[in-house]
Amino acid sequence: MSPFLFWLFALLMLGFGAAVVANRNPVASALSLVMSFCSLAALFISLDAFFVGVIQVLVYAGAVMVLFLFIIMLLDLRAEERRKANYAAWFGGALVVLVFVGQLLAVLRRLPLGQQAFPALATVARDDVRSVGMTLFATHNLPFQVVGVLILVSTIGVVILSKRELK
Amino acid sequence: MVHLNDYLLVSGLLFAIGFAGVLLRRNIIIIFMCLELMLSAANLSLVAFSRFNVGPNGLPNYPAQLFVFFIITVAAAEVAVGLAIIVALYRARQTTHVEDITSLKF
Repeated sequence: MSPFLFWLFALLMLGFGAAVVANRNPVASALSLVMSFCSLAALFISLDAFFVGVIQVLVYAGAVMVLFLFIIMLLDLRAEERRKANYAAWFGGALVVLVFVGQLLAVLRRLPLGQQAFPALATVARDDVRSVGMTLFATHNLPFQVVGVLILVSTIGVVILSKRELK
Repeated sequence: MVHLNDYLLVSGLLFAIGFAGVLLRRNIIIIFMCLELMLSAANLSLVAFSRFNVGPNGLPNYPAQLFVFFIITVAAAEVAVGLAIIVALYRARQTTHVEDITSLKF
């Protein structure tokens, strides 16, 4: 992928990510998050991870965000009214984030591993989904089944949590 | 040319945005969305490491992509449970504002 497309999608992703934090209306935040996830899927595809990119769009931008929008609709949330801002909390939060970004830049500047360009892939026709599936079912079969049990447990948990009164 | 550092930088900045949202926002649903942003930022750096760690057979490191697959699956389950908890909380307290939920505050 050309550097132009990489920076375009990276800026889209970061810009809409910032819009998630900055918007006061929860619906606008959720829609910004959808755009951010779609740009992230484009970055995954730029890394030749087609399967992960498709899963990102289907699961995150599709299913998860529909769930978020349903809950926002169910709770009938409106744009937050302006409350008295807690300036000490704002200052502390912004300071922690700035320190984090500074550390990130310091680490990345000293990372010789990071200077490499894209290594060449095999030139034969690669089937990304087949390779991921072979790795998943051949060598990581047990974690896959454990995740299935986890999803079953979370489904039952959500049904029980959603009951009117807990017995 | 795009280097591994560029992907790591973008991923770290996305994580920082999610982190800032968790720290600065007071609406519990927005905080939950920012948690998803942080998980996705970790996914981006995992996929970047997978692509830049090409094995002798000329294929990217697929176990790293499986890791991302598992993270996405667990995150989807986590969103379902978390939103159910938020709905239960809203039924009990009629609010999604974290400053109104101070039962555990000393």
